[in-house]
Amino acid sequence: MTTATVATEAGGDNPYALSHLDALESEAVHIFREVAGEFERPVILFSGGKDSIVMLHLALKAFAPAPVPFSLLHVDTGHNFPEVLDYRDRTVERHGLRLHVASVQDFIDRGELRERPDGTRNPLQTVPLLDAIEKNRFDAVFGGGRRDEEKARAKERVFSLRDEFGGWDPRRQRPELWQLYNGRHSPGEHVRVFPLSNWTELDVWQYIAREKIELPAIYYAHEREVFARSGMWLAPGEWGGPKDSETLETRLVRYRTVGDMSCTGAVDSDAGTIEAVIAEIAASRLTERGATRADDKMSEAAMEDRKREGYF
Amino acid sequence: MSTTHAVEGVVDAGATSLLRFATAGSVDDGKSTLVGRLLHDSKSVLADQLEAVERASLGRGQEAPDLALLTDGLRAEREQGITIDVAYRYFATPRRRFILADTPGHVQYTRNMVTGASTAELAVVLVDARNGVVEQTRRHAAVAALLRVPHVVLAVNKMDLVGYEESVFAAIAEEFTSYAASLGVQEITAIPISALAGDNVVTASATMDWYGGPTVLEHLETVPVVADPSDDPGRFPVQYVIRPQTAEHPDYRGYAGQIASGVLRVGDPVTVLPSGRTSTIEAIDALGQTVDVAWAPQSVTLRLADDLDISRGDLIAPTASAPSASQDIEATVCHVADRPLTVGHRVLLKHTTRTVKAIVKDIPSRLTLDDLSQHPAPGELAANDIGRIVVRTAEPLALDAYADSRRTGSFLLIDPADGTTLTAGMTGTAFAEAASDAAPAPEADDDGWDF
Repeated sequence: MTTATVATEAGGDNPYALSHLDALESEAVHIFREVAGEFERPVILFSGGKDSIVMLHLALKAFAPAPVPFSLLHVDTGHNFPEVLDYRDRTVERHGLRLHVASVQDFIDRGELRERPDGTRNPLQTVPLLDAIEKNRFDAVFGGGRRDEEKARAKERVFSLRDEFGGWDPRRQRPELWQLYNGRHSPGEHVRVFPLSNWTELDVWQYIAREKIELPAIYYAHEREVFARSGMWLAPGEWGGPKDSETLETRLVRYRTVGDMSCTGAVDSDAGTIEAVIAEIAASRLTERGATRADDKMSEAAMEDRKREGYF
Repeated sequence: MSTTHAVEGVVDAGATSLLRFATAGSVDDGKSTLVGRLLHDSKSVLADQLEAVERASLGRGQEAPDLALLTDGLRAEREQGITIDVAYRYFATPRRRFILADTPGHVQYTRNMVTGASTAELAVVLVDARNGVVEQTRRHAAVAALLRVPHVVLAVNKMDLVGYEESVFAAIAEEFTSYAASLGVQEITAIPISALAGDNVVTASATMDWYGGPTVLEHLETVPVVADPSDDPGRFPVQYVIRPQTAEHPDYRGYAGQIASGVLRVGDPVTVLPSGRTSTIEAIDALGQTVDVAWAPQSVTLRLADDLDISRGDLIAPTASAPSASQDIEATVCHVADRPLTVGHRVLLKHTTRTVKAIVKDIPSRLTLDDLSQHPAPGELAANDIGRIVVRTAEPLALDAYADSRRTGSFLLIDPADGTTLTAGMTGTAFAEAASDAAPAPEADDDGWDF
């Protein structure tokens, strides 16, 4: 009775056609269920960003009417947007989930990590992440990474084996054929799993619109005090901006990505609705990382190098 | 032009279909230029990516931006100027979303071509119009045929360097088409292009008015992506059993999986393999809605009328078309690991959601893809070798012939010691039956393609 709605979307004259969103959704759900079937202690990396929110939404659908059989892990840089932390806590509460927090601040306080001169904590997330994986014996770690984001990620597998140091060796990846994912690993190793590998930024937004998924408000246009650094609009905060030479101004902005406040830039935007956001992304001439992430501008291989060390 | 293209269609979410395709060819054939042009003209290369490529190209003393740097993302690839691994690229037009597996074409990267082709519904094979069909072209055609990629495009590139001559194109197209058809490739479309000048890639050539067919992009946008699944037998490998055991759903017991083949309907009598027990489909939950019918490749949850002992690895199939199970498998394989596969090798065999112990009983032959010559009793298969193997499994498996179902006819061999993916397998004969008479087999000493 309800099948017709599925069929007509991408329709044409073939009643069995699936829209690209249905195909991507089915693939991601298959990936979640493979992990549930083959691993002992999976966990979903959940930052409160749109990709992790979409991952959680897919996991909820994959196992309904049962609860999601995984807990969540937030690697907290300490430089969070308050709206995002609030969203995170409400989401955990609403779905009765278990949340682990790996805190960069704790590591700095204990002297196990040192603050960088530029104040950026994004690269510091790797150590607390690997520590949480080891302490909790997580064997599969879901990340929201997409292959369209960055050229090193374009070569990432859906099931990506990490050695006992959490490292990624792009030359030693397992070939991934058909829909047969190989999750075998030795004790101490773990597998990073990327259910959104084949999604683009636009797919994610179209899916958010179709499924009417709530997002933290900072993804939509709002007035905010910002200052310019490295060609991006950064928001002031305890993390150390602005410096003396940088001046604050109020602008109408929104965030295309949500990460550490010290290196995640806002973009000028008047897109206050999901439809406006989708139209804006479709017309954009910059990639989301190019527009908003200082850490990826460091070098041509910045992402590859961080991934080799165990980053998401 | 293509910018407006992309913007108009995308706001209407969910209105487009998805095509997965692979490209094969070497740098010299202009593959990177073709891919770069498809990405560029469909607005998938954005300003910051192009600037990064321009900076990197200048840094190496190249004047024009090297579009290969868009896809060659790893440090080692950029340093060596070669493509090592499959790169996945994404672009869209208002009609369709595309996932492109961009694979390097060298012999030592056969495993990457096989990987890219394994999920592709279409393969683009490039040839240089000046060189015509060469060994490498034959290898690419053989991989597409072996992996049963339904649609193959022959892009005859660099037509500008042969004076846009129709006769040059026609001769190459005819040679390739008869070769690929002899291997069982079902649909071949030959297109004369100049990736550099842009002829027939996105827009029709102003020079080659003798060509009346589609451009590469037009063909990609219109080629049918879904065959009618109602002709295929229903196959539902169980991934996971959903049992909420909550106050709200005390008795819910659902079998979660992705339909691997065919169509499933409420009321269908089904058989569960390997147990052979039977029941009826009572309900189909399709990610939030209850439906009467579902088909491949939808992810759904089945509920059956009877309480049976069913777990991950079992296969649910309509009783009328249930497969038979066997412990003896003959298959064509591509060996993908660096250490060789030998007779007597004890391995794990992963088929759909089931993993069982297995032993390699025999390796009757190895195949050279360039000329399809056979080498009997090679003793072992090294990395990137294609060969025939005979495997005995510890438990019966319900495999289909790969020719009938790419999803349920494929398997992996895995090293039980460290989990390495050793070999990619395709059950049954290597090339389509239709091939056996017509195909040239230079050094073959037997008739069939069951080499």
